[in-house]
Amino acid sequence: MATTFDAHGDAHGHAAAHDDHKLSFVERWIFSTNHKDIGTLYLIFAIVAGIVGGALSGFMRWELAAPGMQVLPWFTEGNIDQAYHLWNVFITAHGLIMVFFMVMPALIGGFANWFVPIMIGAPDMAFPRMNNISFWLTVAGFTLLTISLFVPGPPGGIGAGTGWTVYPPLSTSGHPGPAVDLAIFALHLAGAASILGAINFITTIFNMRAPGMTLHKMPLFAWSILVTAFLLLLSLPVLAGAITMLLTDRNFGTTFFDPAGGGDPILYQHLFWFFGHPEVYIMILPAFGIISQIVATFSRKPVFGYLAMAYAMVAIGFVGFIVWAHHMFTSGLSVNTKLYFTAATMIIAVPTGIKIFSWIATMWGGSLRFPTPMLWALGFIFMFTVGGVTGVLLANGGLDTYMHDTYYVVAHFHYVLSLGATFGIFAGFYYWFGKMTGRDYNELLGKLHFWLFFIGTNIIFFPMHFLGQQGMPRRYPDYPDAMAGWNEVASWGYVVMLAGMVVFFVNVIWSLAAGRRSADNPWGEGATTLEWTLSSPPPFHQFETLPDLTRMKAH
Amino acid sequence: MSGTTANTRTALLAAGLAASMVGLAYASVPLYRLFCQVTGFGGTPMVAADAGARPEVVPGTRIRVRFDGNVRRGMPWEFRPAEQFVDLPLGERRMAFYHARNRSDSAVTGVATFNVAPAAAGRYFVKIQCFCFNEQTLKPGEAVEMPVIYYVDPAILDDPEASRIREITLSYSFFPVAEPKQPAGVRSTGMAAIAAAKR
Repeated sequence: MATTFDAHGDAHGHAAAHDDHKLSFVERWIFSTNHKDIGTLYLIFAIVAGIVGGALSGFMRWELAAPGMQVLPWFTEGNIDQAYHLWNVFITAHGLIMVFFMVMPALIGGFANWFVPIMIGAPDMAFPRMNNISFWLTVAGFTLLTISLFVPGPPGGIGAGTGWTVYPPLSTSGHPGPAVDLAIFALHLAGAASILGAINFITTIFNMRAPGMTLHKMPLFAWSILVTAFLLLLSLPVLAGAITMLLTDRNFGTTFFDPAGGGDPILYQHLFWFFGHPEVYIMILPAFGIISQIVATFSRKPVFGYLAMAYAMVAIGFVGFIVWAHHMFTSGLSVNTKLYFTAATMIIAVPTGIKIFSWIATMWGGSLRFPTPMLWALGFIFMFTVGGVTGVLLANGGLDTYMHDTYYVVAHFHYVLSLGATFGIFAGFYYWFGKMTGRDYNELLGKLHFWLFFIGTNIIFFPMHFLGQQGMPRRYPDYPDAMAGWNEVASWGYVVMLAGMVVFFVNVIWSLAAGRRSADNPWGEGATTLEWTLSSPPPFHQFETLPDLTRMKAH
Repeated sequence: MSGTTANTRTALLAAGLAASMVGLAYASVPLYRLFCQVTGFGGTPMVAADAGARPEVVPGTRIRVRFDGNVRRGMPWEFRPAEQFVDLPLGERRMAFYHARNRSDSAVTGVATFNVAPAAAGRYFVKIQCFCFNEQTLKPGEAVEMPVIYYVDPAILDDPEASRIREITLSYSFFPVAEPKQPAGVRSTGMAAIAAAKR
């Protein structure tokens, strides 16, 4: 299999160079229709958004490093009330940016755009121009969200301080200014972009697989994107509906969430979390897919329990739609409702456990190597397991009544997202860096980045479990002196993590400028998916004659 | 490749799925209201289908019904219950009154949202007639007594979640109808104030 594609890839390598010359910079990067170029744009965009969202969290950790208000009043000329509001604006922007403009663009727009067509033997996405629209809608959404930081929100304040959940009545009567409208439009655009992207991926994966690439032979990363695309398609329209109702409640006198006209603010919470819970799987399933590829590659074994791994993701996606009210345990649900949502939530641990154990079983007896991507993959498995365990705890309606809106919850969702999804992103970034850029990254710097980031993020987030159990609530910029110790530790953890990010950027810049030319398949025999049969970087158009994969084994 | 027609078909199916989810989001508004009215979810009281409903009185039982009334901040009405509470046997029909007075010098129309606490009692608190079923207009300075006829369904004794409830609070909040678009300040909504404000 490999040999035939090498020739194919090389032949097109020359053609690709030819194609490049025909496209001007604007044609190639503004009007891009090539899935690899759009993937690159998404990755650059995610890095930029990640810098903004990460800088916001830096100011948050700086403010929380000690009790009292030290840092935020600098931005508000010493006005303490405005500084409190600025905190709300920061947490809102941090959450929205990291979810919609960092993790989703990196995993779905970036890696999936780059590698799903290649992995299934397709020449490009089904709708290349729609792909371009998706990217630029995302950029427009990010622009609107950024503008919202600088326009009036609540009476006398600047920016939307609603939290990423945008609950009414704070987001309706509490924020008369246009900041919340802009944030809602930002979500509309990002949501539309993701829905179009999901349609594109579903069409590509269902209709454009090469001969012999059956669904049950498809690499798990492509599977993860297929499931993710369905989650996007089913959940994002509900968010779009809910925030449109918010918009009309705010501006056109409707009362969907206003009891004065017979509405109910709790309904918004139901709608939001009907989207919000699948959303967390939208962020983590692509990472699951990446980790499956990497663990198999560096164990030099096919992934253990391939079909179970694929259908575990389907099961997680399905059950993810019927557990939303576990985010609302303190909103006055009856005991029986809590009982159902507790039990349903815990069931998700079963398919998730299948995945964790299958990764371990893949490594078991494998011929293991530990280059940087594998370290990130192992880090992912460890972190996600920690976050998963606290998740099972929080699933208990009774316990959650105590834990709700404390730092324990913050620790939980950062372990699965900041440490789960992000570790998955870095794992994929190092795994495919040579393939995407044609240059090898620096292994030493990559490992240094991993260890600094791993240690730093654990120092940030592990103490938050203790703070939460002591009762420190989320979304406050200040706290009693009794909680000073662990908060200071967490803020030092941010410094370690930041050092790791500096190493990352040094590595990227150095590798792009002076990295070794990357081989077609630098990872050796464990890397069996189709991208490793192409040149590094792949030709501008690959698989112009479809590869015949009828004798291929499942990945 | 079966070409673009297959792709277009798949894409349209997927787009239709997304569009139907938007529809579902909007459909959830009436569905949620219906769900609350049928199940008493979140403390939504029942409305007797038959105005002549007269359930069996269970002698020897006693439950306390407390009354609470408030108005939206800025609404120029006085609104309070005539009695703080009343003790009654399960199944007995009672009438309660609320005093309402328009303190302003212009006519004001209001509509009341209502619910009961604890939430589990919602499906057993049945209203036969209530001022809250309609909008109420008070002329300048006008004062009225607003009646509500209700009973507590004896079936509450058979519900493991609600059988030990000894006290139910019935609460009304009056809101002005046709209010300014952006009311100042954050209002307190309390628990699911699901108002089927019938117009």
